[in-house]
Amino acid sequence: MRLLDAVRLAFQTLRVQKLKSFFTLAGVTIGVMFLIAVVSIVEGMGSYMENDFVAKLIGVNTFQLRRFPMISDASESEWREWVRRPRITFDDAREVAAALPDDALWSVESSDNIAIESRFARPRALEAMAVDGDYFRIRNMEVSQGRLISPQELTLGSRVVVIGEEIATRFFPRLSPIGRTLKVGGTSYEVIGVAAKQGSIFGMSMDRFVITSANAPLQRIVNPHNLIDGMKVKSSTTEGMFEARETVRQVMRSRHRLRPSQKDNFVMETSESALEFWTKIEGNLVIAGVILPAIALIVGAMVIMNIMLVAVSERTREIGIRKAIGAKYRDILAQFLVEATTLSIIGAAIGVALGIIISQAIAALSPLPATVAPWSIVIGILVGAGVGVIAGVYPASRAARLDPIVALRAE
Amino acid sequence: MAGPGEPGLSTTAERRIVLGDAGGAPEKDWVIVARGLTREYDMGGEIVRALRGVDIAIRRNEYVAIMGPSGSGKSTLMNLIGCLDTPTGGEYWLNGMLVSDMNDDELARIRNREIGFVFQTFNLLPRASALHNVELPLVYGGVPAAERRKRAAEALDSVGLADRMSHRPNELSGGQRQRVAIARALVNRPSILLADEPTGNLDSTTSAEIMNVFETLASSGQTVIMVTHEADIAAHARRVVVLRDGMVESDDRREKFAARIGG
Repeated sequence: MRLLDAVRLAFQTLRVQKLKSFFTLAGVTIGVMFLIAVVSIVEGMGSYMENDFVAKLIGVNTFQLRRFPMISDASESEWREWVRRPRITFDDAREVAAALPDDALWSVESSDNIAIESRFARPRALEAMAVDGDYFRIRNMEVSQGRLISPQELTLGSRVVVIGEEIATRFFPRLSPIGRTLKVGGTSYEVIGVAAKQGSIFGMSMDRFVITSANAPLQRIVNPHNLIDGMKVKSSTTEGMFEARETVRQVMRSRHRLRPSQKDNFVMETSESALEFWTKIEGNLVIAGVILPAIALIVGAMVIMNIMLVAVSERTREIGIRKAIGAKYRDILAQFLVEATTLSIIGAAIGVALGIIISQAIAALSPLPATVAPWSIVIGILVGAGVGVIAGVYPASRAARLDPIVALRAE
Repeated sequence: MAGPGEPGLSTTAERRIVLGDAGGAPEKDWVIVARGLTREYDMGGEIVRALRGVDIAIRRNEYVAIMGPSGSGKSTLMNLIGCLDTPTGGEYWLNGMLVSDMNDDELARIRNREIGFVFQTFNLLPRASALHNVELPLVYGGVPAAERRKRAAEALDSVGLADRMSHRPNELSGGQRQRVAIARALVNRPSILLADEPTGNLDSTTSAEIMNVFETLASSGQTVIMVTHEADIAAHARRVVVLRDGMVESDDRREKFAARIGG
């Protein structure tokens, strides 16, 4: 008997036993559906993290010097070590800036949530940043209205702010914010520019910020005297960035008086090193994304095996007839194996379709992005087929071993 | 070689010669030669001897009934002749091939090529059309789909069911079902048509109809072996073998058999 005949026979049987077949499929369908959905979400988040999230936060050929990593899944002992580290100071920043090559850009940043208010809206705590150096050039920030803060204003600590688009619409509804007064932490600042729209990351708006000079009164509210959150350094090339990072490391180590045996007590994150954290999470998610469907698939395999055993005992007489008219061991084996495999491939195909629908729905309804990886579809179908073969082997060999005389006597 | 007045019928003397040649391959026109066939079953430690040494020789084109009361061993003999089972002892030659030594897959191939079964309970696949049922032996014989269809349709046509091909068994009468079964048995052009109580589930009118089909087949040269416990059905065959207690009690031409049971 040829494969095509076996497949045709399998479809015939499935058509006759629609309801039973449906329940048989459910386990495999759910397993493959989970697999596709989880893989799609992990893949989508991965490409999002790489292309948008970290790039937006740190940027290309840029590293940031901080006391400890910006994003991490640190253990408690790591945390305890981190909070004992010395903080970074303006004096550190000055020395670092002096050691950098001329083509490198650098900035100093401190930020916190600070009460912001205007005549037109009630106060609200939002992110306020005190910056110095080449902050705007490193971030490639442009304005949609007004202008950026000039280097002179940064040095002098002029009471001027550049605000995000959401701040503009919130505190100056239907008004041009340029030239108007915004109170940040109790001090009045003049709005001189509105930054071009930045968009959002994971549903968080990136347009909710106020920026002023690190020499303005805000700095004293955000950080104690002389302290800063961190520095960013940007080079024109990747090699330049790595060289600059080495320079900064030497400056910081000598300022912190570290002996050669001691480890750095500061971090210099690039977008790649920040991604290491994501890679770790992704690994865990993929494991979860494999284990959950695996459980569903094991259940699915047991259901298929059970249904096939029932089918074998229900169709004992049919098997007897087939053997009497010349079906060999492998013909009967193939019949039941193909039937089980066809069942589970159909289940897997439905699972793939549902998985794609679910991941698209998640992408549409939540900030989580999801991209369906073509390889996950192939894996889904192959896994389905594998489940069918594994679940079908035992019932099929039982059917194939039946004695035709005994089988013909069955009811 | 045919007996006088009865074309295609072997004589007692001829049979004695072929059966006496133990271990020797019979000549081509002996379709069945069974020498000293025994079959024992182990029923939980107790050995049941269903056949105690059966000698049967059947020439091509013969129409033979195997008769006997229940427990006589006729079902066991039918299973052996039909290659559904292998004997405990003795030798069984089918169409010049020593079947008693074959393994399961070889037996399956022999069943497919050499034997056409007709059962008391028809044994059609309930969910398949008449055409598909008749095609089935060709599927296992590896015949391509198009030729399969053509040959199955011809076989159904030959039993007068050309207009019932797409019907399922439950849409057919008992007589029609048995005709489908006969078409299925013949579609692979087997050496023997082996019928087990073919009229057991049929009323007398339909039984007569089916016996006519067998008669026609036998006259056209098909070897027919029929197992039955009914004497009047057995009397349709040209030769009747009677079994009792696992042994051949008598092996006679129909006339002698009829005279004996007629009293």
